[in-house]
Amino acid sequence: MSGRDEVLAGVRGALGERRRADVAVPRGYLTRLTGPDAASRADVVALFTERVAALGVAVRHVGGDELATAVAAVLWGWEAKRIVVPADLPYGWLADLDGVRALADSTVLDVPALAAVDGVVTGCAAAVAQTGTVVLDGGRAQGRRALTLVPDRHLCVVHADQIVGSVPEAVRRLDPDVPQAWISGPPVATPGDGPPHGPRTLEMLVVED
Amino acid sequence: MTSAAGGPDPHAGFGIGALLGLVNGQQGSAARRRRAEGKPVVPRFAEAAREALADAGARHELAESAAAARERTAAAVSELPDWEALRAAGAAIRDRALLDLDVHLETFEQAVADAGGTVHWARDASAARRIVASLVRDAGDGEVAVADGPVLRETGLAGSLAARGLAVLDASGPEGRDRVRAARVAVTGADFLVADSGTVLLLEADGAARACLTLPETLVCVAGLDRVVPEWEDMEVLLQLLPRAGRGDRLSPQVSAWSGAVPGDGPGEVHVVLVDNGRARILADEVGREALRCIGCGACSAVCPVYERVGERPFDPRGTGRSGPIGAVWTPLARGVDRAPEASLPFASTLCGACADVCPVKIDIPGLLVHLRGEVVDARRHRPVPTPELAVMRGVAWTMADARRFETATGSGARWARLLSRGGRIRRLPGLLGRWTEARDLTAPPAEPFRAWWRRRAPSRRSTK
Repeated sequence: MSGRDEVLAGVRGALGERRRADVAVPRGYLTRLTGPDAASRADVVALFTERVAALGVAVRHVGGDELATAVAAVLWGWEAKRIVVPADLPYGWLADLDGVRALADSTVLDVPALAAVDGVVTGCAAAVAQTGTVVLDGGRAQGRRALTLVPDRHLCVVHADQIVGSVPEAVRRLDPDVPQAWISGPPVATPGDGPPHGPRTLEMLVVED
Repeated sequence: MTSAAGGPDPHAGFGIGALLGLVNGQQGSAARRRRAEGKPVVPRFAEAAREALADAGARHELAESAAAARERTAAAVSELPDWEALRAAGAAIRDRALLDLDVHLETFEQAVADAGGTVHWARDASAARRIVASLVRDAGDGEVAVADGPVLRETGLAGSLAARGLAVLDASGPEGRDRVRAARVAVTGADFLVADSGTVLLLEADGAARACLTLPETLVCVAGLDRVVPEWEDMEVLLQLLPRAGRGDRLSPQVSAWSGAVPGDGPGEVHVVLVDNGRARILADEVGREALRCIGCGACSAVCPVYERVGERPFDPRGTGRSGPIGAVWTPLARGVDRAPEASLPFASTLCGACADVCPVKIDIPGLLVHLRGEVVDARRHRPVPTPELAVMRGVAWTMADARRFETATGSGARWARLLSRGGRIRRLPGLLGRWTEARDLTAPPAEPFRAWWRRRAPSRRSTK
């Protein structure tokens, strides 16, 4: 008997012949944010900003036409010389860079190469106001997972219309077939353990459209 | 009355000494024999708890950290107006998964295969170790990065890989960050498995698992087979329950979700090892199977008055199981109650019910503890030599079954008891019964038993009418 057959036979034996009917899941919980936090779009965006900031993330609101300047300012603050960006990052986001070389991600960039850059700039797939989370799923302007894991600084650009109120709203927007990273603040080291993995500096720009 | 107020008993306080006395009653001779033969012994709860209680410093630290954890969790939970609705949904989601577990596991296996991954099945911990070791050896250069987690500890994976000559890098260790980046193969645990999409989810604070499941060429994910849920939508509930009940986070700092292999992004080869290791045995217990709902948040430990005093070791001396209240039900359910260490666990509780109140998937832990106490008693009922407790109970039953026997016993019992008492209290009972008085005093019985008094008084009452 293979391990598979043995394990499945054990589970079937445990459940027996007569099974209870399928359990109905009472989905009476909130699937959207309610109350004053969600009175308007502006309130949801404001809640996101507040929650992200509470996690130790520097966050700024910018207009669409100010984005390139704001990105350049953050990188200037990092004293970054070389950054990496997803190959499909909108060109306009980097239009104002001065003295910073942006490498478009490609297969030739291995882990040591990613570790050697001063930071990474990406977009995101969705953001959750209630928890201060950004979700990256490898879609447009996000790149592969290693890109936002290995460099020590991450600037994430969030468009206001990507911000949803609650976790259920985000889950329903996302595709479970593609890999996702849900990031709620920088990684936190366990006391007594080594340094955490992932960018220790996380900054965000919320673009109001 | 306990002797807590004035007595020197270090175990007293809320009656934990009494608890230990009761657990002591489950003493078997096997442990003594093994000790005499110099074999390693897994202590019963009471033995390990005594050691833990003797360390006052550790007890203070535990109390402080438990209080801090409770506060964080309470704040995170009270923030959600629909917490009770989420708990109800979470319990039902887990039940739905468990009651058709075989179906969901096969669905999961197919989905993983469709996404380019491979599912392996491990009957027990040793099968899991064998499977993982062979996958690691095939994929790597003798080095493996490990992001530690409950199921890896349960199966003793890291130690076993090291014993097989592999260099094991602890991804959370001091050098983990740099060395994981060079590893060709990594091993992680898993929090949830989504059947319909083959998605694996991992929630964590430090990103060690995220690094392990992203950077190496080969990923071996080891998961308890109980952690499957039917659909992706179920995660909208569990992603709220686990972080808030666990560390008191609105969401865990790092949540990773992946399904199979993605060309150009992450490991090209992915394996999921589904571990049974006693879970089917728990599932077979129609009452006890509720324990399998557990999502591993640890909230029950943070609120447990016993855990707050003794810590995790007495619940899990081998460091391979679950600790705290859920461990006190999970371990005896998974391993049976034939041996003293497992049989002692259901008694390691005051049944105060705090754990059931906070459990995000509404596991009735006190109910399960009572259920298991019944199993322990039943398992010992037919032994040729009864336990002292059972012998006493049988004696009491025999005595109380007959009015004359009972009166004789209370009469002579009261005389003996008064001989033992000082100042109206009995501080120590003789022999094996002494364990019961380790943490409490007995009030001395009155000189005249109630029945004698009633007989004497009854005629005079009648005469006054």
